Amino acid sequence: MSSVLRVENVTMQFGGVVAINDLSMEANEGEIVALIGPNGAGKTTAFNCITGVYEPTNGAVYFQDKPIAMNHPSGKMKHEYAGEKGDMYLGKHIRMTPDKITALGIARTFQNIRLFKSQTAFENVLIATHLRRTSNVFSATFRLNYKEEAAMRKHAMELLDVVGLADLAEEKATSLPYGKQRRLEIARALATKPKLLLLDEPAAGMNPQETEELGAFIRSIKDQFGLTIFMIEHHMNLVMDISDRIYVIDFGKLIAKGTPAEVRDNPAVIAAYLGVDEE
Amino acid sequence: MFDMLLPYLLAGISVGGQYALIAVGYTMVYGILRLINFAHGDIFTAAGFFMVYLVAALPLSISVPLVIILTVILGFLVERVAYKPLRTAPRMSIMISAIGTSYLLQNLMWYVTGGLAKQYPVLPWISDTVRIGSASTKVVTLVTPVLTVLLVIALVMLINHTKVGMAMRAVSKDFETAQLMGIKINNVISATFILGSALAAVGSMLYFTNYSTVTPTVGAMPGLKAFVAAVFGGIGSIPGAVIGAFIIGICENLMKAAGYTAFSDAFTFALLIIILIFKPNGLFGEKTAEKV
Amino acid sequence: MKKQPLWKTLCCVAGVAIIFFLAWLAEETQGASSMLVTVLKKGAVYALIAVSMNLLNGFTGLFSLGQAGFMLVGAYTYAVLTIPLAKRQAVYQYYAGGCITVEVNFIVALVLAGVVAAIFAALIGLPVLRLKSDYLAIATLGFAEIIRAIVQWDSLGPITNGSNLLKTYPTFKTVMSGSTVLFPFIVSGICIGIILLLINSTYGRAFKAIRDDEIAAEAMGINLFHHKQMSFVISSFFAGVGGALLAMYQGSLQANAFKSSMTYEILLIVVIGGMGSVSGSVIASFLFIACSEWWLRFLDNVTYINDFQVPLLGSGFRMVVFSVVIMIVVLFFRQGLMGDRELWNLKIPKRKAKQEVTKA
Repeated sequence: MSSVLRVENVTMQFGGVVAINDLSMEANEGEIVALIGPNGAGKTTAFNCITGVYEPTNGAVYFQDKPIAMNHPSGKMKHEYAGEKGDMYLGKHIRMTPDKITALGIARTFQNIRLFKSQTAFENVLIATHLRRTSNVFSATFRLNYKEEAAMRKHAMELLDVVGLADLAEEKATSLPYGKQRRLEIARALATKPKLLLLDEPAAGMNPQETEELGAFIRSIKDQFGLTIFMIEHHMNLVMDISDRIYVIDFGKLIAKGTPAEVRDNPAVIAAYLGVDEE
Repeated sequence: MFDMLLPYLLAGISVGGQYALIAVGYTMVYGILRLINFAHGDIFTAAGFFMVYLVAALPLSISVPLVIILTVILGFLVERVAYKPLRTAPRMSIMISAIGTSYLLQNLMWYVTGGLAKQYPVLPWISDTVRIGSASTKVVTLVTPVLTVLLVIALVMLINHTKVGMAMRAVSKDFETAQLMGIKINNVISATFILGSALAAVGSMLYFTNYSTVTPTVGAMPGLKAFVAAVFGGIGSIPGAVIGAFIIGICENLMKAAGYTAFSDAFTFALLIIILIFKPNGLFGEKTAEKV
Repeated sequence: MKKQPLWKTLCCVAGVAIIFFLAWLAEETQGASSMLVTVLKKGAVYALIAVSMNLLNGFTGLFSLGQAGFMLVGAYTYAVLTIPLAKRQAVYQYYAGGCITVEVNFIVALVLAGVVAAIFAALIGLPVLRLKSDYLAIATLGFAEIIRAIVQWDSLGPITNGSNLLKTYPTFKTVMSGSTVLFPFIVSGICIGIILLLINSTYGRAFKAIRDDEIAAEAMGINLFHHKQMSFVISSFFAGVGGALLAMYQGSLQANAFKSSMTYEILLIVVIGGMGSVSGSVIASFLFIACSEWWLRFLDNVTYINDFQVPLLGSGFRMVVFSVVIMIVVLFFRQGLMGDRELWNLKIPKRKAKQEVTKA
């Protein structure tokens, strides 16, 4: 089982706030890994560090054992946050923009749905196929790439079919119901031909029935496209049902990890979710 | 050497003060609405024309306050008519409305004046000539920096120590939350435009006393430069705008002294671009982070 | 988006052909100096410039105000390269005939006008395109002003003729015998056609994605800077060609005309036509020029009906009415004429209503 994603001692600080504190996680090929934690625990910030939206204050992120982000605070921060292996990153600095990281094979969805508003469902997926183009602006303008263009359209349509939106292809993306917008975001992410798919609360706003269907759907796309899936989710049923492993964070710190069964019985997790009895 | 530069330095400080009075209007509006009020330069020009027409009919002691009042009304109306309906619109729409307003005001002034340059009235005392060392200049050159600094101090006191000022600070920090806390946003915005326009009116009196003619498009350049000054100092920061304005005024006149008159305007913009690239928040601006 | 059916494409081609024919007919019947022909010529030039600005502001979401600067570069490149060698001595009378001793064909010069403007844009874009919305606007506006100052600089006089007029280069009257109106129509038509092809290509879709949501676009692997730069350079290329056409229309050229107010006018045309609609920009250009040059002219003349002087009418009133109309569009019809739709994609409302009924 080879490593797909490795997050190593990542710390993210905004001014005085430490959003993630010395967080280490990994996902291996073919796994479904879940990241859970109470609201404001730093889950989405972790995703943003992986996808290059933020530059971590400290630590490293590896994709298929190649570093995609690496930073050492070197004086920017108090030593206590430099983490156990802080010296490893001293003098090293690697930063990739989100588009480069997507090109390597990490795709994501957004917690607060970010579809291209003025475009149809089909066009939303079609736009994401732009990444794997071979044409340049000249050949594309003068339609010398018509074969590739046809292939792009076919690919986009197939993906819409996979997520069950083929008959809504010509609808404006933002006019779709919430659950379908989330599926459209997944189709759009798949169009970049990823190896690792990051899902940020894919079940948010769905009813129990839809959530159950989503679980089966995530499994099926994982197998169909040979993906590794890393997801943030609040629906415990879904998480416990489909995850191979779970990481739990609270106030930016990792408080538990393990299989669903292990995490379920962990007292620290129960305390984080339900609060600690002061007595 | 110094004797040669002195008149340019004096002119620079003077024009810097005039820019400062306009720049404060830009920076206050930007701080609250995140809008470049392109019409501000035209409000400044309109103040010049008000003076031209009022002095022809009324004694100076009445026309000076009346100019300020009329300019304030104009600024207030511009906000109510052109910006208020677009409160929830995308930022690009508001900026386009600002450009449209500027276009309208310029055309309106052209129509009223017939497109001819008007002679600005001679204001007693500040139009008099004085000698400093080897340089001779108008009194206004010396009055401007003093008056500017006094007005800006008064403004800062107002913003820091009155209820309206507190509301302004709250709104510029967080528009939505301020609204939720019961601050009447529209009143605060109006107050901002009123203060900005009043300062622009004073600035126009000083500026046109120096340059003596008013045309409908004359305000565009000082307006843009004042905006550059506001960006230079860090948009949203009043002291920043004032310092930026003085720096730009002086640099521009030193360029003239060096014989590059044609480039004095271009220089201002070059400065702007350099600042935006290397220190996008200006000298005293606050850093803002984008939320994903 | 489905592929356009063949009949629709044919209809469009036929439509364009009819428009060209009508323009030619107008000149044949009305004469080359008639108001209609003037409007057609200037409108065609402005259409190209407005569409090039729309590519940037409407389709890529970059609020740039540098259009006048790139037009200036294009216009000067064209004029400097095409003034006949024999006439240089007279034109560059203050600079001993200038220092440029080549004269190129006007078609070549037209392309070069675009190329030089694009090179300027590529250089300016490097620092400026990293800025956000209104800072980008003010920085591009600033660059346009700097370009204008440089062109008028006395030391560049042997090339640009300083702040003096450039003239005697080929104009619409001289480049095509028999018709002055067809040349701008053909050049604008080709350029707008290319822009349309670009907008509907995969790159155009990427531009629209950036406009809709930069963060999502970047997450889909679209390199923001690369694509913004591309849009900026291409837009400036066509602004340069447009500037050259404007120089041809005017017959003489002076840098002072390319002020920021020119950019504002073009921006207002784009807004009236609808941000993100090519056909909207084209229609709005002709309407704008027709209104300002022709239909509203009567507002500028003091008019008497019997002995009664019609109030308000007089010099400059036209522009006041005009700018009020523009403000009304900006404030109350923010979508402009077309919104982000195109003329050939318009659905007949009746049919759409029917479809919805059957769906329900």
